[in-house]
Amino acid sequence: MSGERILVAKVGLDGHDRGVKVVARILRDAGYEVIYTGLFQTPETVAAAAVDEDADAIGLSMLSGAHMTLAPLVVEAVRARGADIPVILGGTVPDHDLEELREKGVAAVLTPGTTAEDIIKEVQQVLDGSQVG
Amino acid sequence: MSADTNSPRSQWEAAFNASPTRDAEYTTLSGIPLDPVYGPEDGDFPGQYPYTRGPYASMYRSRLWTMRMFAGFGTAEDTNWRFKEIIKAGGTGLSTAFDMPTLLGLDSDDPMSLGEVGRCGVAVDSLSDMEDLYAGIDLGEVTTSMTINSPAAVIFSMFIAQAEKAGVPRARLGGTLQNDILKEYQAQKEFVFPPRQSMRLVRDTIDFTASEMPRWHSVSISGYHIREAGSTAVEELAFTLANGFAYVELALAAGLDVDAFAPRLSFFFNAHIDFFEEIAKYRAARRIWARWMKERYGATDPRSMQCRFHTQTAGVSLTAQQPEVNIARTAIEALAGVLGGTQSLHTNSMDEALALPTEKAARIALRTQQVIAHETNVAHVADPLGGSYYVESLTDEVERQAEEIFAHLESLGNGSLLEGVITGIEENWFQGRISDSAYDLERRLNAGQRITVGVNGFQDGNEEDQIQLLRITNEDEQRQRKRLDSVRSDRSQEAVDAALAKLRTEAEDPEINLMPTLIEASRAYATVGEMMSTMAGVFGRHVEVPSI
Repeated sequence: MSGERILVAKVGLDGHDRGVKVVARILRDAGYEVIYTGLFQTPETVAAAAVDEDADAIGLSMLSGAHMTLAPLVVEAVRARGADIPVILGGTVPDHDLEELREKGVAAVLTPGTTAEDIIKEVQQVLDGSQVG
Repeated sequence: MSADTNSPRSQWEAAFNASPTRDAEYTTLSGIPLDPVYGPEDGDFPGQYPYTRGPYASMYRSRLWTMRMFAGFGTAEDTNWRFKEIIKAGGTGLSTAFDMPTLLGLDSDDPMSLGEVGRCGVAVDSLSDMEDLYAGIDLGEVTTSMTINSPAAVIFSMFIAQAEKAGVPRARLGGTLQNDILKEYQAQKEFVFPPRQSMRLVRDTIDFTASEMPRWHSVSISGYHIREAGSTAVEELAFTLANGFAYVELALAAGLDVDAFAPRLSFFFNAHIDFFEEIAKYRAARRIWARWMKERYGATDPRSMQCRFHTQTAGVSLTAQQPEVNIARTAIEALAGVLGGTQSLHTNSMDEALALPTEKAARIALRTQQVIAHETNVAHVADPLGGSYYVESLTDEVERQAEEIFAHLESLGNGSLLEGVITGIEENWFQGRISDSAYDLERRLNAGQRITVGVNGFQDGNEEDQIQLLRITNEDEQRQRKRLDSVRSDRSQEAVDAALAKLRTEAEDPEINLMPTLIEASRAYATVGEMMSTMAGVFGRHVEVPSI
């Protein structure tokens, strides 16, 4: 697993950065290379950074309720660049949104209370899946 | 009653007897009569410097805390309806949550606002929304709190313009503007202008309310968000009070007399799940604030020394797993706030780890406060834990550790807390401390050193059907954009342009107070985005250097 690059990002106007920073450190401690692009990114800037940085996965952190609009736009922006980088979403995502997010190409969703162990497991599964596929 | 008329107890008694008493039965459930406070003749009493035991002699015997429930979602009309429900249910103050675009000074039709309009709070673009937001609510009677920071001066101007249009003069308006920009850079991260430029707007609002709005609290110095972002209780306390000292030094530097503005400063703390540490934190906050205001800043009016605060239970302590259990967490946290002597309280709803609360969940949260207020009798006796070996010792220790942080910031600012805090922000010192503490807690949780029920222990029941959650559709966003379109087409563009041109000119002169011109621009239906971008043209924009 070590050496795989994960770009973590805050997209939109949400300034809650506790989660993204904690998850970034969890992943870094687990041996991944983590890039954090900071607050107030757009789907376009996230996709561009992920392609430029040759990221193996994108982790989006969203706690403002805008995930249904913005997460699929990140998936589209990545695809529009001809890239195949899986997008993982973490944050306050209610169960009733999960199916639609998966349909729109979000690879995995980490909801509140996910343990460090499960975060690493889910991320690795997504990375393994995208390498096979 | 007591022999020595100069003893602390006698002085307290005189102050207590001069205060009104709320109609209630002041006994235990079994009928044992209860004194308003307990303690030795020469001990500390509430209402006496340094106010460790409470800002007022009579505390809740005169008036219960204000049950101030934070609300806001969708359009102004939606939130106005929720406000009226809160008042009907017995809420005694309003608290307005704005959506992310409003918090960042963007209009609902800004490309960056996509997907965020009306999500986390109410969307306000112009005076027209403000009119709908408070329609049918007598702002001369109900006090209003507004959680707004970067665009605080703009939103406040719209609020004043709206109230005056409805016939309530500004001098009669009572309430609180959060207006605490420093913690935005440290924790909440909804910033627009660079720190020093933002502080000019804070100065303008402090100055304006000191001269024109005697019932208004100009800044609510907020530890809540610092704690939510991951700080410890001590960091929450110390960073918040240091920010308070910075605002005091800012206003003093502007030539204001300390007693002219300090009574309008209030605080906002978190009530987290460590019950006794929270109570110690509130007691230490009062003592530290009183001492610094008196000794360092030369305050002579007791109101300048009294730390009065709002409390909100900890959003971060809520779990998405078994959400009903959050009712128990919130009740314990709320009780800490009350035993710690809070002046007002918001209780979170059980569903807030996942969404904005449903009406039912918000009602249960309010009912939790009412149980504490009316069933438990805990409000009968002020500072009931004062004198406890444990709580007194913890209060002293929290205070000692906070003083270490003040000393660090003072050295960072070469003797100035204002400079120390701004430098600490510019050097990412606060941000780094908060991230480190957040990660430390997470590690202890993951190592099983701490248990959170439903998350890493007692998970039976996690798979049961979820509770009903509030859904906000994209229709609200579209509706809000249409409303904004019609505001733009109905107003006089000439008047807007003139007001914005004046705002730009005045923004360039740091000596000018921008409030009167912002009110003028609000009356002309200039939008939040227009006023903010006009000022950003002069002030510039803040960019945080990302760090993990």
